[in-house]
Amino acid sequence: MNRTFAIAVVNGLLVALAVLSLAPLLWMLSVSFMQTGEAAHFPPPLLPAVPTFDNYRELFAKAGMGRYLFNSFLVASCVTLLSLLFNTMAGYAFAKLRFTGRERIFRLLLAALVIPAQVAMMPLFLLLKQMGFVNTYMGAIVPGMATIFGIFLVRQYARSIPDELLEAARIDGAGEMRIFFQIVMPALKPIIVTLAIFSFMAAWNDFMWPLIVLSDQDLQTLPVALASLSREHVQDNELMMAGSVVTIVPVLLLFLVLQRHYIQGLLLGSVKG
Amino acid sequence: MTRSLAGWTFAAPALLVITVFFFLPVAAALALSVTDFDIYALADIHNLRFVGFDNYVGLLHDPLFWKTLGNTLYFVVVGVPLSIAVSLGAAVLLHSKLGRFKGFFRTAYFAPVVTTVVAVAVIWRYLFHTRYGLVNWGLSSIGIDPIDWLGDPHWAMPTIILFAVWKNFGYNMIIFLAGLQSIPEDLYEAARIDGAGAWRQFRHVTLPMLGPVLLLVGILTMSGYFQLFAEPYVMTQGGPLESTKSVLYLMYDEGFKWWNLGNASAVAFLLFVLMVAVTSGLLWLARRKGVE
Repeated sequence: MNRTFAIAVVNGLLVALAVLSLAPLLWMLSVSFMQTGEAAHFPPPLLPAVPTFDNYRELFAKAGMGRYLFNSFLVASCVTLLSLLFNTMAGYAFAKLRFTGRERIFRLLLAALVIPAQVAMMPLFLLLKQMGFVNTYMGAIVPGMATIFGIFLVRQYARSIPDELLEAARIDGAGEMRIFFQIVMPALKPIIVTLAIFSFMAAWNDFMWPLIVLSDQDLQTLPVALASLSREHVQDNELMMAGSVVTIVPVLLLFLVLQRHYIQGLLLGSVKG
Repeated sequence: MTRSLAGWTFAAPALLVITVFFFLPVAAALALSVTDFDIYALADIHNLRFVGFDNYVGLLHDPLFWKTLGNTLYFVVVGVPLSIAVSLGAAVLLHSKLGRFKGFFRTAYFAPVVTTVVAVAVIWRYLFHTRYGLVNWGLSSIGIDPIDWLGDPHWAMPTIILFAVWKNFGYNMIIFLAGLQSIPEDLYEAARIDGAGAWRQFRHVTLPMLGPVLLLVGILTMSGYFQLFAEPYVMTQGGPLESTKSVLYLMYDEGFKWWNLGNASAVAFLLFVLMVAVTSGLLWLARRKGVE
C-alpha cells in the first residue's frame, strides 16, 4: 500500500513537471496555427478553431522570415565549421603535442573562463569597426571562431588517444598534418559531433552580440529579428508564435536527433572538469 | 624541436583568434573604462580624454546603477537557489526506481534548455498577459483576480525568475542525475538498516555526497544568472519603472544606445569584480565547511 502510494506520487510529479515544461511550447505551436486575433480572447482557446498557415505565409512573404532564417543558418554554420577546426587542432595540441609554454598557456586559458564575454564587447565592437566587419556576417562569425570551452572539451577527450598510436605513425614517416587528419580526427569523432551541436546551438541562440554587431535588418539573425518584430507586433500573438516556432524548431530537432551526444558533452564539460 | 613547432602550429589559429578577439579587447576594456569614450570620440578619436576613475565614481553615485545592481542581485539571490532546487528535485524524481518512461521525461525537461531565449520569452509574454494570458485564466478559475505580471513593478522580476527557472532547470538536472548515479547503493542500504526514511536518506546521504557537484553547479548557475539581459530585453524592456533592468542591460544601453563606450566598460568591469567576489566568497565558504 505504502509502495503503491509512493509510485503514484513519483509518477504524478514526473507528469506534472513534464506538463509544465512542455505546455508553453505546445501552446506556441497551437497558437501559431490560429487566425489573427483568435488567441486574444478570454478564456484563451487551447486549440485553433480552423487551423491555418496564414501566419507562416505572412512571416515569409511580408516580414522577411526566409532571409532571417538564411542568416541564422549561415552564421551558425560558419561558426560551427571554423570553430570545430580550430578548437580540435588546439585541443589536440594541448593534449598530445609537447610545446614550450603549453602548461602555462593552458592554465591562463582556464583562468580566463571566469571573465564574462560582455567585458570584451565594447572594444571588440571598435576593433571590428576598424576592420570593417561591423554590419557584415563576418562581424557575427569572427569572434566565435575559437572558444576556450571548445579547446578544453577536445583536450579532455584527446588525452585518451594512446601515444603509441601516434608514435607508430611517426616512425612510419607520417607528417604531423597527416597524423592529425588521418588518425586524430577519426579518433575524436564522438567529441567533434558533440562540439558541433554545442557550437551550432550557441551560435543559433546567441542574442546580445548579433544585436550589437548586426544592426542592418537584412543581416539580422532570427533571435534579433524576432525581438524587434515582437516590439512592432505586440498585439499580434499568432504571428509572433509562428515566428517563435520557426526560431525554435531547428535547434529543437537537432537536439532530439543528437540528444545522446549533447548530454555526453555536457557532462564531460562540467562534471569531469 | 620539430615537435614543439608542430604543437605551436596546431594551437596557433585558435590562440590567435582568442587573443585578438578576447584577451586584447578585455585589456582594452580596462583602458577604455578610464576614458570618456563617447559618440564624439567615435567620430574623431582626438576627442578622447583620460578621466581616471571618474566613470567608476560616477557609477557608484548613480542611483540607476544601484537600481540595476539591486535587480540583478534579486534575480541571482532568488533565481539561483530556486533553479538548483527544481533541478535537484527533477533529478531525484528521474533517479527514483519508482518512475516510468524516464527517457521521455528527461527529454521533456531538457527541451526548454535548447530553445532560443528570445523566442520562448515571447511565448511567456503572452502566457502572462494580464487580460487573455493562460496563467491569469488558470488563476481566475481558482478565484484569484488577474495579476498584471509584467506591468507591475512588484511582479515583473518574479515572473522573469520563474521564466529563467523553467528555461534552465533541465541543464543542472542532467549534472545532478550523473552525480546521483555515482552514489554507491550500499550507503542507502546502510541508512535503511539504521532506520532512515526517504527524507533522512536524502538529507544525510544524498546531499553530502552531492556536495562538490552542488558547489560546481552553484557557481556555474550564478555566473550565468549575473549575465541577465535577453529576458528583460524581450519581456519588459527593463520596465516597469526600471524594475527589471539588469546591470548588463545598463551596459548595453550605455554602450550601444548612447555610445558611452567608456562608461559601459566601467559597468562591465564592476559586474566582473562583483562576480569574482561572490564566487570567491562561495568557494571560501565551501572550503570552510569542508565540501571540497
